[in-house]
Amino acid sequence: MRMLKQFISKIREINQRYAKPKIEMSKGVSFSLAVLRIYLFVLVLLMIYKFITVL
Amino acid sequence: MDFFSVLYYRFKKVWKSIRLYLVIAGPGLVVMIADNDAGGITTYAATGAKYGYHLIWFLLLLIPVAYYVQEMTVRLGAVTKRGHAEAIFESFGAFWGWFSLIDLMFVDWLTLVTEFVGMTAALSIFGIPAWVTVILVVLLMSIIVLNGRYWTWEKIALGFCLLNLIYIPAAFMVNPSIASIVGQGLIPNLPGGFNNELFFLLMANIGTTIAPWMLFFQQSSVVDKGLQEKDIKMGKLDTFIGSIITVAVAIFIVIVTGTLLNGAPIDDAATAARMLMKTNHYIGAFMAIGLFDAGLLGAICISLASSWAFGEIFGWAHSLNTKVKEAPWFYISFFITLATAGVVPLIPGAPLVLITLFVQVVAVTLLPAALVFLILLLNDKKTMGEYANTTLQNIVSTLIVVLIIILSTLYGISALFPNLFK
Repeated sequence: MRMLKQFISKIREINQRYAKPKIEMSKGVSFSLAVLRIYLFVLVLLMIYKFITVL
Repeated sequence: MDFFSVLYYRFKKVWKSIRLYLVIAGPGLVVMIADNDAGGITTYAATGAKYGYHLIWFLLLLIPVAYYVQEMTVRLGAVTKRGHAEAIFESFGAFWGWFSLIDLMFVDWLTLVTEFVGMTAALSIFGIPAWVTVILVVLLMSIIVLNGRYWTWEKIALGFCLLNLIYIPAAFMVNPSIASIVGQGLIPNLPGGFNNELFFLLMANIGTTIAPWMLFFQQSSVVDKGLQEKDIKMGKLDTFIGSIITVAVAIFIVIVTGTLLNGAPIDDAATAARMLMKTNHYIGAFMAIGLFDAGLLGAICISLASSWAFGEIFGWAHSLNTKVKEAPWFYISFFITLATAGVVPLIPGAPLVLITLFVQVVAVTLLPAALVFLILLLNDKKTMGEYANTTLQNIVSTLIVVLIIILSTLYGISALFPNLFK
């Protein structure tokens, strides 16, 4: 239990440490990250579809 | 006299450069040769058996592809002194960081399982039971890593890299026709026209050339070795030589199977080794030894890539230069990843084919993200300064990355929906 608490607090600490992206969010960076989000979203949808159809 | 003085001066200069290279060489050579892992050997063996020498020209094209992607990790590691996982967390925030880290953990573990499958299959040819292979590999890798020095680990890994060249004498032993290799292999052609089977094999060859773990491994390796900005030039040369060797080994495998097993159905490299044994015992044995070595090299690098990444993010000591007492979690995570992956091939009826397909699918979720982050990070002039990508580097690397993303995505989708492209 103690280890789990320590682990959770470590995750929180990491989240706080890296809360703000350091890279300058230029139009190019924002666009790339947006495209990446869409790409991954579509890929996850395809995987879910495959999983459901296999079941 | 003046002539000899100039000659002596030039010799001294060249010798100094060679000595400097030998000090810095390592991360590029190891990552590139380990790229020819068990899955890679299977792909090349299948390519040769199916299309003979006809796709050698395509393999040659993979030299710049591998080099341009991996050299960026050398610059990034040497300038930021951070591994790829830490660089993603810091630059893009916790969301993208966790996504990359968790995805890396899955891909690495699944790939590690395929390395163990390759190693156990290779040694089974010599009558060694799978459980003995797994125990030996885990013990051997633990001993290599636990020595407490990056330098020693790297030199041992380079020794295994040397063994990967076993396919070169094997290729000479099959007495291939040089005229056929040049005539069929070096002139770009698509044997049998462009069809689904050829497309799948081309995608598999690209997929095995650039894997997500390679980006994380080389950058962390550069940091652990302590390379500085001044070492970038030699680090790039190291990567370039490595990319040539990795493709050369792939070509020699294609020559072996293209000469002796042309037209034979090859599902994995172990089957190819068994079939080769019937033709020539030594060549079959070379193939099996090479497959074992490839799996071992892949396992050495992949398990370290995960442990380095976790150490960077969780703030654990995470260097091969530390003792177990100083970096317990680094070594524990290394051992757990290794041991759990090693157990899987021993489970009767384990879904190994499904795992192999799953590797391709999960890798497709991580590779594009890792590559996009790499290019964005290399364009961060505030951090990279004079080592940021130039316009030409951006054009070349973006073209390569877009090509890899498209082809690896199609490869992943074809693994999910095998009938889609038929």
